Amino acid sequence: MSDTPILTITGLRAKVADEDLEILTGLDLEIRPGEVHTIMGPNGSGKSTLAKVLAGHPEYEVTEGEIVFKGQSILEMEPNERALAGMFLAFQYPTEIPGVSIANFLRTALQARLEDGEEVDLFDFQDELMDRMKLLDMDPSFAERPVNDGFSGGEKKRNEILQMAVLRPSLALMDETDSGLDIDALQIVANGVNTLREENPEMAILLITHYQRMLNYIKPDAVHVMVGGRIVRSGGPEVALELEEQGYADWKEKEEEQEEVVTA
Amino acid sequence: MPENELVEGLGLDEYQYGFVDEETHVFRTRPGLDEDIVREISEHKDEPEWMLEFRLKALKIYESKPMPTWGGDLSHLEATLDEIYFYVKPQEQMERSWDDVPDTIKNTFERLGIPEAEQKLLSGVGAQYESEMVYHSLKEEWSSKGVIFDSIEDGLKNHPDLFREHFATIIPAADNKFAALNSAVWSGGSFLYIPKGVQLDTPLQAYFRVNQERMGQFERTLIILDEGAQAHYIEGCTAPVYSTDSFHSGVIEIVLKKDSRFRYTTIQNWSNNMYNLVTQRAVVNENATMEWLDGNLGSKLTMKYPSCYLVGEGAHGEIMSIAYASDGQHQDTGGKVVHVAPNTTSSITSKSISKGTGRSSYRGLCKVYEGAYNARSNVECDALLINSTSRTDTYPYIEIEGKRATIGHEATVSKIGDTQLFYLMSRGLTKEEAMSLIVRGFIEPIAKQLPLEYAVELNRLIELEMEGSVG
Repeated sequence: MSDTPILTITGLRAKVADEDLEILTGLDLEIRPGEVHTIMGPNGSGKSTLAKVLAGHPEYEVTEGEIVFKGQSILEMEPNERALAGMFLAFQYPTEIPGVSIANFLRTALQARLEDGEEVDLFDFQDELMDRMKLLDMDPSFAERPVNDGFSGGEKKRNEILQMAVLRPSLALMDETDSGLDIDALQIVANGVNTLREENPEMAILLITHYQRMLNYIKPDAVHVMVGGRIVRSGGPEVALELEEQGYADWKEKEEEQEEVVTA
Repeated sequence: MPENELVEGLGLDEYQYGFVDEETHVFRTRPGLDEDIVREISEHKDEPEWMLEFRLKALKIYESKPMPTWGGDLSHLEATLDEIYFYVKPQEQMERSWDDVPDTIKNTFERLGIPEAEQKLLSGVGAQYESEMVYHSLKEEWSSKGVIFDSIEDGLKNHPDLFREHFATIIPAADNKFAALNSAVWSGGSFLYIPKGVQLDTPLQAYFRVNQERMGQFERTLIILDEGAQAHYIEGCTAPVYSTDSFHSGVIEIVLKKDSRFRYTTIQNWSNNMYNLVTQRAVVNENATMEWLDGNLGSKLTMKYPSCYLVGEGAHGEIMSIAYASDGQHQDTGGKVVHVAPNTTSSITSKSISKGTGRSSYRGLCKVYEGAYNARSNVECDALLINSTSRTDTYPYIEIEGKRATIGHEATVSKIGDTQLFYLMSRGLTKEEAMSLIVRGFIEPIAKQLPLEYAVELNRLIELEMEGSVG
């Protein structure tokens, strides 16, 4: 694996765009190609916000710090430019797009990656899509269903990973992909992700989760604990196991103590 | 980037039919309307006396009825009507060979893709320029089976009994102010008769073009489907863009006899200086099926509510409509279903998109008369708003007298949201592409009903891909 990080976040502070509500409070993180990093943390600690800020959601505003992706600052980039640069966000709550089939949607997304004048070859695309759906144990009829419209929670999550499998990102941000999946679906999704990693060993993953169980299938290189908008502890897989046993109580106390110190 | 600019990328606002031809008319009435003008029109058409009387009576009804105030803004219409030409005759006679149509007119229609389409995919074509049909043709295969597809004037001339049996029986002159106006000054339109059991396998198409500035076009169409007959009729309309207003008011009457089936598709793309006030109605007899597919994309103000009168047991009526209202446009559209006989069924599906200061209104009536035992009707109208300045309203009227009627009504309003845009953009789509995909998805249930080959205009406008090409 290359030693040059694919993603470097330094001193990142971000707030809700229309409000004075700061959510990320000085976050540092570095991910190298091929690495799997997990972020765990209590509800409201800013995990999902981090994923959205990385993908460029207009709801948030970066007030300080830097995000460098593949050697380039992405702070001024639109969400689609970040996607074309190789970033992919698997949403915690995927959005419904009525009337647009998954096939049509993915073809449009692939088309966006081509130069002007180039066209997605429909037969190649069809083959690729069917192949990717097989990987995730999805029925071929799924391709013609409108994006997330009327999907169960599990189907939505699987659809996110299908998109990831077709679009082949170099950095995948997986925001609580495991929540809402039963144990069988979790295994299928995890196997799918692992296959993608085998196909592209350079692909890095930032995996946001509440539970250790996902990590049984996708082995992390690093586990970070996020509390109050920043990373308070980083370590190996053992950190996740500790958290599973002890919860976040200790960290929350420390956070509160720290705040007291600051105000005092 | 403000969203207003974003949707430019959809191509919805690029009006491509705004070009103007040199004026070539052989005759036109002076601007405005009075009894002399009505007489002049009738004289030019060499009509039987009863028709002149019908026109004059209709003129009186028109003058006696107040301007409707329940719909779009018609406050400037009166002044417009004083200035427009009610009758413009583009050439001496209607042609049956495309080669004989004058070059200017021919070029116009060729630019609009007529009769290119005819050769490939149509059973017959009619083309109206200003006030008259300039061209009409029907494939030999169908004329030999007794199908009549002609200009309305030739229908009156050559099939006087059939014509008189049905003309103005479905939409009488007194129906509404603009039906009365059309009855007084009608000119052009189609006369279509499909004999018993004859089923056309490809559509008939009529194309309407207004070139003259300050023009009023008043086509009148009469369609009769005999028992078990089937056909599909498509009309398209365009006009140049002028700073002054023009006026179009058609009357379309359709009779469906027992077991027949008919679809009437409109792709209305008038320029944004056109008042488009149209009355269209079908009387549907026993076990017959009528479908209106109504696409309103152009015009300044459209008021148009295709209707089905379900008068025979088991009759079915269906109305599907798409409306697009951009800056300064008001699409006041919808549909009417009237259940008169038992076991009749109907559905109305309406989709509207409002952008900028555009306004779309759904106005619909579902009426079930006392004798219409066990009627079923379903109404669904969805509105999509692109900007915060866009507007949509829903005016559903439901009147039930019949017993055991099942009526469903569902209305939704949605706005293209940041969440949807972000989701699509995070997959690599630009904001324009994301917006376009959402709009296409929204109208998909109706757009997929359009025959691909004839959706040229909708295609060009919304850059629609009709179907997911995979699967």
